[in-house]
Amino acid sequence: MALDTETRDQLIEAVRRFVAERLRPIEAQVAENDLVPDDVVAEMRDLGLFGLSIPEAYGGLGLSMEEECLVAIELGRTSPAFRSVIGTNVGIGSQGLVMFGTDEQKAKWLPGVASGEIVTSFALTEPEAGSDSASVQTRARRDGDVYVLDGAKRYITNANKAGLFTVMARTDPDKKGAAGVSAFLVPGDLPGLSVGKPEKKMGQQGAHICDVIFEGVRVPAENRLGAEGEGFKVAMQVLDRGRLHISAVCVGVAERLIRDAVAYASERKQFGQTLASFQLIQAMIADSKTEALAAKALLLDSARKRDAGETVTLEAAATKLFASEMVGRVADRAVQIFGGAGYVADYGIERLYRDVRIFRIYEGTSQIQQLVVARETIKRGG
Amino acid sequence: MKVLVPVKRVIDSNVKARVKPDQTGVDLANVKMSMNPFCEIAVEEAVRMKEKGVADEIVAVSIGPVQAQETIRTALAMGADRGVLIQTDTDVEPLEVAKLLKAVIEQEAPGLVLMGKQAIDGDNNAVGQMLAALLDWPQATFASKVEVSGQTVKVTREVDGGLQTLELDLPAVVTADLRLNEPRYASLPNIMKAKKKPIDVKAPADYGVDVAGHLKVLKVTEPPKRTAGVKVENAAELVAKLKTEAGVL
Repeated sequence: MALDTETRDQLIEAVRRFVAERLRPIEAQVAENDLVPDDVVAEMRDLGLFGLSIPEAYGGLGLSMEEECLVAIELGRTSPAFRSVIGTNVGIGSQGLVMFGTDEQKAKWLPGVASGEIVTSFALTEPEAGSDSASVQTRARRDGDVYVLDGAKRYITNANKAGLFTVMARTDPDKKGAAGVSAFLVPGDLPGLSVGKPEKKMGQQGAHICDVIFEGVRVPAENRLGAEGEGFKVAMQVLDRGRLHISAVCVGVAERLIRDAVAYASERKQFGQTLASFQLIQAMIADSKTEALAAKALLLDSARKRDAGETVTLEAAATKLFASEMVGRVADRAVQIFGGAGYVADYGIERLYRDVRIFRIYEGTSQIQQLVVARETIKRGG
Repeated sequence: MKVLVPVKRVIDSNVKARVKPDQTGVDLANVKMSMNPFCEIAVEEAVRMKEKGVADEIVAVSIGPVQAQETIRTALAMGADRGVLIQTDTDVEPLEVAKLLKAVIEQEAPGLVLMGKQAIDGDNNAVGQMLAALLDWPQATFASKVEVSGQTVKVTREVDGGLQTLELDLPAVVTADLRLNEPRYASLPNIMKAKKKPIDVKAPADYGVDVAGHLKVLKVTEPPKRTAGVKVENAAELVAKLKTEAGVL
């Protein structure tokens, strides 16, 4: 259900204010401690951020894709590590359940996911299955009314906090590729499931990724999402939505960086003039602004198409490709405009520069997006 | 107990106000508007009373243009139950605001009126006092603490040189100061639910109040711009300037 403009604006305004007043002031502290403080997570929970995309019937907000993107743009105006706290519940961790779950599965899990009591995680990537995600080796063997899971997942966001994993595992070893893969809802407390230590990363300190190991984890058969062999279909549809969400965050960070760069360029003087009065600086500002506007237009157009019921595999991939590469260039120019100050940690620009690097890699690398865009374009005949 | 909270739509406190070129007032075209921060504190206090079981209904009342509905919606999202908008495009003066509120209060019969001590646009700090006088109710202004017990309310006021504690019989008018509480963020689900709460839209004429007003604004000007300071070479020069130019020594 689409919101009326007034309610939508109030919603966006509430998030913008929360980001400006509560999150931005502690960005450096979160990066330093590699931790989003518990009280801030509690505030995010109270605000209702964990339930953005969960249907209203299950206690969420049931936002449309366009509305979710507008909220994600606001969350992008601060360190992406904050967005990551709620990111899996809004996106990849919950959407398989929302799209393919039975009524029983939804009733059991979604209220906790919407409130943020249960943090979710999406476990697809493996040591040997990254971009080639259809080659997952984690096994799910049927044993009476349970499936026994064995294998390892890698770089799983929020795994160390997750109460529920959406896991892609191979149910049919004879079928190579996507056809043998099924999706499962795996509670984090099942015996045999263990989570590794958070990896040390280039950026986004405060957001964590870990290995997840399955050793004879007995998952009730009723926890299978969709039919056997449908896992990949689940994964791909989840990723379509996730790609638009990530693109929105890219647009938000880009707008933030442009704002910071313009503020700095308007203050800082060299050769007796502000940086902003030099045409070579202006060119960088113009390029960044133009690209950010283009990404936003593409994003909102794609989101509206998805809300109208169209298949947006092509548009979602194209948006993520453009938006993630765009924010990389915008961040690079922001460092350049700040000059030495951009390279020094105090200004936070170098931190955002590192933070945005992951957008070109996760939920499908830019190269995978190119393949998807090309494949879909050829399929459509142009 | 029913609590009535008047709320005003004002220029957002983070916006830099600009005077119109013809000096007739503050330029509000395309400027972000929000609930007056002191009204927000009053709403928060009322919601806390409801959460404690002291209040059972909160009515938010606003006087202003059609957009003042958004301000009422903000109060509803924070926890108020319903709203009354007295719609007018006139910039209503404090005395007429007080008269309109008195008329609403006579209909609603609340046990307590909680309101901001002043609005940050005109800084008049007048409506609460005028309203109490018109109603012939006790008043406590600049509240930093409000405790209702039975038929009385104990109010701690911030006064020059310390704190004053008053006990008032209910019904009463209490105006909120900055340190009464820290208003909550309306949660996103509550913002959505606020849409379903009722707002009655009225006109000043429904209450028989003429909002024409008695005051005439002659001129509005920007505060004088600060001029750049001067650098002094040494302490002797500083002392000399303080004596001759600043005239403080």
